[in-house]
Amino acid sequence: MSGPLSLWPEQASGYGGEIDLFVIAFTVLIVALSAPVFVVIVLFAAKYRRGRPADREHPQDRNVWLEVSWSIIPFFALIGFFVWSTDLFARLYHPPKDALEIDVVARQWMWKFQHPEGQGEINELHVPTGEPVKLVMASQDVIHSLYIPALRLKQDVVPGRYTVLWFNADKPGTYRLACAEFCGTDHSVMGGSFVIQTPAEYARWLQQSTVDCSLAAQGGALFRGRGCSGCHGPASTVKAPPLEGLFGKPVALEGGATIIADEQYIRDSILLPQKQVAAGYPAIMPTFENVLSEEDVLKIVAYIKSLGPGDLTQ
Amino acid sequence: MTALQEWPDQADRHDRGLSETETERQSYLRAGYSLGSWFFTRDHKRIAILYLFAITAFFMIGGAAAALMRLDLLTPAGDLLTNEGYNRAFTIHGVIMVWFFLIPSIPNTFGNFLVPLMIGARDLAFPRLNLLSWYIFVLAGGFTLFVLIAGGVDTGWTFYTPLSSMFSHGNVVLAAVAVFIAGFSSILTGLNFIVTVHKLRCPGMTWDRLPLFVWAIYATSLILVLATPVLSITLVLIAAERLFGLGIFDPKLGGDPLLYQHLFWFYSHPAVYIMVLPALGVVSELVAAAARKPVFGYKFVAGSSIAIAVIGFFVWGHHMFVAGQSMYASAVFSFLSLAVAVPSGIKVYNWAATLYKGHISLDPPFLYGMTFIGLFVVGGLTGLMLAMLAVDVHVHDTYFVVAHFHYIMVGGTVSAFFGALHYWWPKIVGRTYPLVWGRLAAIFIFLGFNLTFFPQFLLGYLGMPRRYHVYAPEFQMLHVLSSAGASLLGLAYLMPLVYLTWSMRYGAPAGDNPWGATGLEWTTPSPPPKHNFDEIPVVDRPPYDYEIEMEGEDG
Repeated sequence: MSGPLSLWPEQASGYGGEIDLFVIAFTVLIVALSAPVFVVIVLFAAKYRRGRPADREHPQDRNVWLEVSWSIIPFFALIGFFVWSTDLFARLYHPPKDALEIDVVARQWMWKFQHPEGQGEINELHVPTGEPVKLVMASQDVIHSLYIPALRLKQDVVPGRYTVLWFNADKPGTYRLACAEFCGTDHSVMGGSFVIQTPAEYARWLQQSTVDCSLAAQGGALFRGRGCSGCHGPASTVKAPPLEGLFGKPVALEGGATIIADEQYIRDSILLPQKQVAAGYPAIMPTFENVLSEEDVLKIVAYIKSLGPGDLTQ
Repeated sequence: MTALQEWPDQADRHDRGLSETETERQSYLRAGYSLGSWFFTRDHKRIAILYLFAITAFFMIGGAAAALMRLDLLTPAGDLLTNEGYNRAFTIHGVIMVWFFLIPSIPNTFGNFLVPLMIGARDLAFPRLNLLSWYIFVLAGGFTLFVLIAGGVDTGWTFYTPLSSMFSHGNVVLAAVAVFIAGFSSILTGLNFIVTVHKLRCPGMTWDRLPLFVWAIYATSLILVLATPVLSITLVLIAAERLFGLGIFDPKLGGDPLLYQHLFWFYSHPAVYIMVLPALGVVSELVAAAARKPVFGYKFVAGSSIAIAVIGFFVWGHHMFVAGQSMYASAVFSFLSLAVAVPSGIKVYNWAATLYKGHISLDPPFLYGMTFIGLFVVGGLTGLMLAMLAVDVHVHDTYFVVAHFHYIMVGGTVSAFFGALHYWWPKIVGRTYPLVWGRLAAIFIFLGFNLTFFPQFLLGYLGMPRRYHVYAPEFQMLHVLSSAGASLLGLAYLMPLVYLTWSMRYGAPAGDNPWGATGLEWTTPSPPPKHNFDEIPVVDRPPYDYEIEMEGEDG
């Protein structure tokens, strides 16, 4: 038998500490709610055992106020905890704007991480302390789920859409990461390590991992290589929407709706171009569904995000 | 020490060890000896026995799969099974235990046996339909066994898409067919109970005099009829995508994988209540009979069954908090999941209050009833923990969830099943069993269960994902504890098989009402004659009408 018996997981973020606090407080509540039941059962079973003399005069078989009170009081206690936990949960949906973005592609049975400067790693994720990190995740095949117990966080990675997980890690060290959603044969070995480093160590690690160019630059190469620039470039004769400065801006759609051009919108426009057509443009863009992998698409998304006004005309 | 005595009036009997008593000669058990008289019977009691055999067989197959898994989990490397083999083992364990044991367990055996007896009827409303549902169930079971022999499936009992529809190599379609067919058995049984409870209650058996077990079976039947069709159509859609490439769930074909999860849990969460509501009904009966007192707050307890059935339809999204559903949807589902705990809490508190000033016997039915309450409370409260969004993000898809639902399904439902078996066994076969063995088995089940599943709460919070057979070494100690508990639990589950079988030949005749309980089923001979009642009874008193002391005198 290897390894000592551990009873409480390591914790590597302030958020993780808040979850632990919540769990401890909630455990106190559920013990308080259930202990009377256990005590009363044992007590009554002893006191009123059949054949044993005891005062059994005028037993009650109903008491509406008592019943209403033991339904309502626990419920109100629960509502308080509901508000607390929902507040904690809502924070996960609001990643800070300046977060360090790392792309994640999951597939049977490995994790691939892409840092903005272009460094890629497999089944191992390095992140710096003291800076919010936002993971934009895509799946190449089935549903996976990125689980980092030390952060008390997980998020399913669903094919056909991007999901986001963000955190602020603050305790350097090496922790586990795992796939939590059953994904087929080698599900239980689809894990790896999650390495939190000080900013200086992280910078050193980025230096050591040799890359040719940043993620956005790799996306730019794809943009030209796959022919996107033929229509979306400045010299094009085809009427295609301009992409400079597009990211994060509202886009008017055919049919009157408006959508914010986020990662999901750009992805869908590449893979499912007929889904949301920009108003005033003919729906002539072909799909790149079977041409580009999720990884390539993420690179092109990074490229388009990097485009400022006028970048393509230079 | 009267409470610990053997069956009270047993000593007076001179016919102990008789191979056959007069009552037995006239009972449903002797109303025909040929195979045909069993396999073409329309008697609800015989059909109940047929179900009892079928689900016991499935319980053993599902249990064997669990034993393989627990053995494999003794070491972090997972040396016993291959990755694929382990996936197939937990899939078959889940599919068989959910659809071929838990869902039919209490309704189809005890519901079938008892509902007509409890409401003063001679049979269910549709006896032939009842037999047909057994055949459909067996056909579905046959398909499942065929899938097993043909190599199994590796999708988990949840069949999540697009894994199941496009990627898995197992016999997904065949397994889906098996569950699809079993669904019709559920629907027909539910329909039969609903009509029976509405139309066949004897004179004077008004709704507020129905035994709480009947209320629970009625609530369960509503879910069976309303939810099962959703599962059936979902399985058809999986087969359509897998066989014909229709894009429904796979995004590559233009489908949406979350649509599958919504449809699946729209059935499968209410299905949890299909599994647990009948158990709640059983426990109400056990508590009242053991305390010789009316159930405290009959109307609240009866109403809470219906409330659970209704609210249970609106909580499915709590399985999808990290699946990528909207934050607002998650918040609503979290809130509704807390709401469904209220009626469950009412039941537990009311049972405890029932014991107050009772005459409590420490016989096996009571011990199983208390085992149920204890484990159900732990399972229910950890369910509240899981309903809390921020906690679920951490423990979703870990052993915490595994422990939680085993506390409800196994600690709860299976304990209630054994409680029902020990309580109504003398009625079913007409013989008594040794109470000491019954008590021992109950205690071993309680201990074995907690040793198996309590460590899994810790494992889950530590971050051990479910459906893993290769795991980090620091989890090993807790896994070894869990496997040790599972061995004890497995043996404890086999004990009743031995002494209950023994009792059929060597037990003393039980008499009509060995527990001194109220309820029409105890007014018939044990075992009851084929037609149940010579004369249809007339009810003129409330349920659980036990004698109570008003003058402070005690016997």
